[in-house]
Amino acid sequence: MAVVFSKPKALTDAPLHYCPGCTHGIIHRLVAEAIDDLGILGRTVGVAPVGCAVMAYDYFSCDMVEAAHGRAPAVATGLKRAMPDRIIFTYQGDGDLASIGMAETVHAATRNENITVIFVNNAIYGMTGGQMAPTSLPGQVTQTSPYGRDVKTVGYPIKVCELLSALDAPYYIQRVAVNSVKHVAEAKKAIRRAFENQIEGRGFSLIEVVSSCPTNWGMTPQKALDWVESDMIPYYPLGVYRDKSKEA
Amino acid sequence: MAKLTFATDVCKGCGLCVNACPRGLIVIAKDKINKKGHSPAEITDESKCIGCACCAMMCPDCVITVEK
Repeated sequence: MAVVFSKPKALTDAPLHYCPGCTHGIIHRLVAEAIDDLGILGRTVGVAPVGCAVMAYDYFSCDMVEAAHGRAPAVATGLKRAMPDRIIFTYQGDGDLASIGMAETVHAATRNENITVIFVNNAIYGMTGGQMAPTSLPGQVTQTSPYGRDVKTVGYPIKVCELLSALDAPYYIQRVAVNSVKHVAEAKKAIRRAFENQIEGRGFSLIEVVSSCPTNWGMTPQKALDWVESDMIPYYPLGVYRDKSKEA
Repeated sequence: MAKLTFATDVCKGCGLCVNACPRGLIVIAKDKINKKGHSPAEITDESKCIGCACCAMMCPDCVITVEK
């Protein structure tokens, strides 16, 4: 009998602290599988965010750096420029990347820094207890929007892929989801592609992963994945938003 | 026929594997409890398993190892 599926080597044996059914675990695994498949474990450096994934450095067996809140793309820029032969990725949530770290994200993208950004969008601030995030959907009930997100006072959700694809520079931008086996398989390919782009020196790649937060959404894990399909994906359409390999 | 191995102690009983299995072979063992206090997932009839690894792909905690 041959092993057809096992835990990737790029993940440590530490049990994940995430809530039951949290898709962070799936996304961690997809990143680790890409690192394993490309054989770059020995020269990969990850940058951990602030948020639920703050302890990602315990889970990846490559070198990891913890960045100040939102500053992961800036730290990754420094790492990549100081050590161009290393593969640098950041792993950030929506509070980290789309809120406090928006400046770093946009500027790293417009410089076409040769880094890989994994952006986990679960439409809420998970670690701090379910407050409204820049990506919370219109009408979404959170701790700080108990009557639903009112777009008249707090504005509309930020669509990061659409926003960054308005820039000329970024090389590759794609939005994927992890709410079904099919979407997980697509997400795996996209994340692998983002690492390949960096290995080939092509520039900035960002993969937005539409994710779930069963605890703070107040749903069972499966119901949360169904909500991703029924509510989140229509608002955040999946697809490739920028692929310079197809542009002349 | 395939062989599934569950790392029962890291299972959180979220049930995503239960819904992912195309043959409906996985259940949450309500009568069992692991170190963390969760009821873990287990397979009911391994002889019917086709080894597609859909369960393992949806597992957030890398609980399941699939051999075929």
